[in-house]
Amino acid sequence: MSVAESTFYGLCAAALVGIGLYGLIVNPQPLRKILSFNLVGSGVFLIFGVVARRGAALGMGGDPVPQALVITGIVVAFSATALAVALVVRLHETTGAATLMPADAGEPPTP
Amino acid sequence: MNMALLFDGSLIVLILAVAVWTMAVRNSFAAVIGYATYGLLLALAWVRLAAVDAALTEAAIGGGLTSVLLIRAVVRLRSSESAARAETPGRVSRLLAAVLAGSVTAALALVVLTLPEPAPTLAPQVAANIASTSLGNAVTGVLLSFRAIDTLLEAVVLVFALIAVWTLTPDPLWGGRPGPRYELDENGMLAYLARLLPPLGIVVAVYVLWVGADLPGGKFQAGTLLAAMWLLAIMAGLVEAPPISQRWLRGALVLGTVVFLAIGFAGVPLAGAFLAYPEGHAKPLIIAIEAASMLSIALTLGLLVLGPPERGA
Amino acid sequence: MSLLLDLWTIVAVTAGVFFFLAGTVGLLRFPDTLTRLHALTKADNLGLGLVVLGLLPRVGSPLAGLKLICVWLLVLLAGATASQLIARAVRRSGPPV
Repeated sequence: MSVAESTFYGLCAAALVGIGLYGLIVNPQPLRKILSFNLVGSGVFLIFGVVARRGAALGMGGDPVPQALVITGIVVAFSATALAVALVVRLHETTGAATLMPADAGEPPTP
Repeated sequence: MNMALLFDGSLIVLILAVAVWTMAVRNSFAAVIGYATYGLLLALAWVRLAAVDAALTEAAIGGGLTSVLLIRAVVRLRSSESAARAETPGRVSRLLAAVLAGSVTAALALVVLTLPEPAPTLAPQVAANIASTSLGNAVTGVLLSFRAIDTLLEAVVLVFALIAVWTLTPDPLWGGRPGPRYELDENGMLAYLARLLPPLGIVVAVYVLWVGADLPGGKFQAGTLLAAMWLLAIMAGLVEAPPISQRWLRGALVLGTVVFLAIGFAGVPLAGAFLAYPEGHAKPLIIAIEAASMLSIALTLGLLVLGPPERGA
Repeated sequence: MSLLLDLWTIVAVTAGVFFFLAGTVGLLRFPDTLTRLHALTKADNLGLGLVVLGLLPRVGSPLAGLKLICVWLLVLLAGATASQLIARAVRRSGPPV
């Protein structure tokens, strides 16, 4: 694949960010919001990948600095996801809340 | 050439289709399965972008570990699913969201299409200095030498995330074991797999760590593999998750960071700067950091998936 | 010789892809979970095996070939386990919908 064709992956990444953002806003379930947020994140990482690929030089397939950043990013994104999931599960277990809406807007909390 | 374009095109269409399906499907369980598929497809995209290290990480963490985490959460939140669905926003909000998402995509696409030419790159600098680390894998060189401070802080972030998860423990269970008790089915398929796979998985993890110096691989990928093997043994009921109050556990969690910091501070008198490696000894020191970090990362990732304690020690 | 090997790769990989296709069609078209599992695991295991066999003459070193075979065996193991677990879950939760 030539470096110029990595632009297609860049456009794909832009679309992924949009898809994820839409899901993040529209999906009422917290878990689905976390999933959407991961989708946005992976789209951003993919743009990093495209920037790295364009920086290919001296026999390296891509600029290793953004690639290393992405690896760090994926791991940090996972730890943030784990924290978010733990928060959502705990919220559900303590209040019975199904969404992040205030209690009066949705189901009354069941203790 | 055209075959490559066909492959890239189909891969991109497939990735986008799975992403849309993951957002649109009603059943959350199905959405998580979709996300796992998406992670694996994305790993293929990383290979196409010549970032094999990132591909390994995405497949292991994005496709594997995140999905395990989300599946466990879906099962626990299942009772709330229909109540939540009733709160889907109205048509106007959805339209506004679509406009917003569309404009963000358009802006990003514009940025991607107008990236500077020639592309700025640090590859020449990395190539010029990689010899001083005697590593063959430039990404490992960046992670453990040129930008070692980032990697050090990241290890700290992982531990912080785990502490944050643990703070959600109900008071009476503090110090207890995370996750439910998994019943061991002696003759079950899962117990069989959990006995057969971990020896292999450990060998592969050590291999991935070892070749990470010269080829794609490294402590994150290896640590994730180890975490997966550990989780498999726990979920099959072969071993129990340790109580979080155990001293050995807490020591092992920070082992990687401590070794990293110790070698970093040793660099001040020996090499003249924090996190600098003495001339000629970079590679063994980097491998020592990676080996210690792999254990800490494996434990941290596994415990992050298991969540806060749910039962007594 | 190299023509023969090329031919072998083309035939084996094409056959493998055919099994993948058949398995996917089965997954989408079969009526219940158990038959879908049947279609998926049988076809995918054989399909991947044929793809691996087809690629074997193209590897640069014996180690790379060994890795390919390992991938196949691990997928066999994981596929067999996962389908067994799914099938058991289906049996426990009553007739599939």
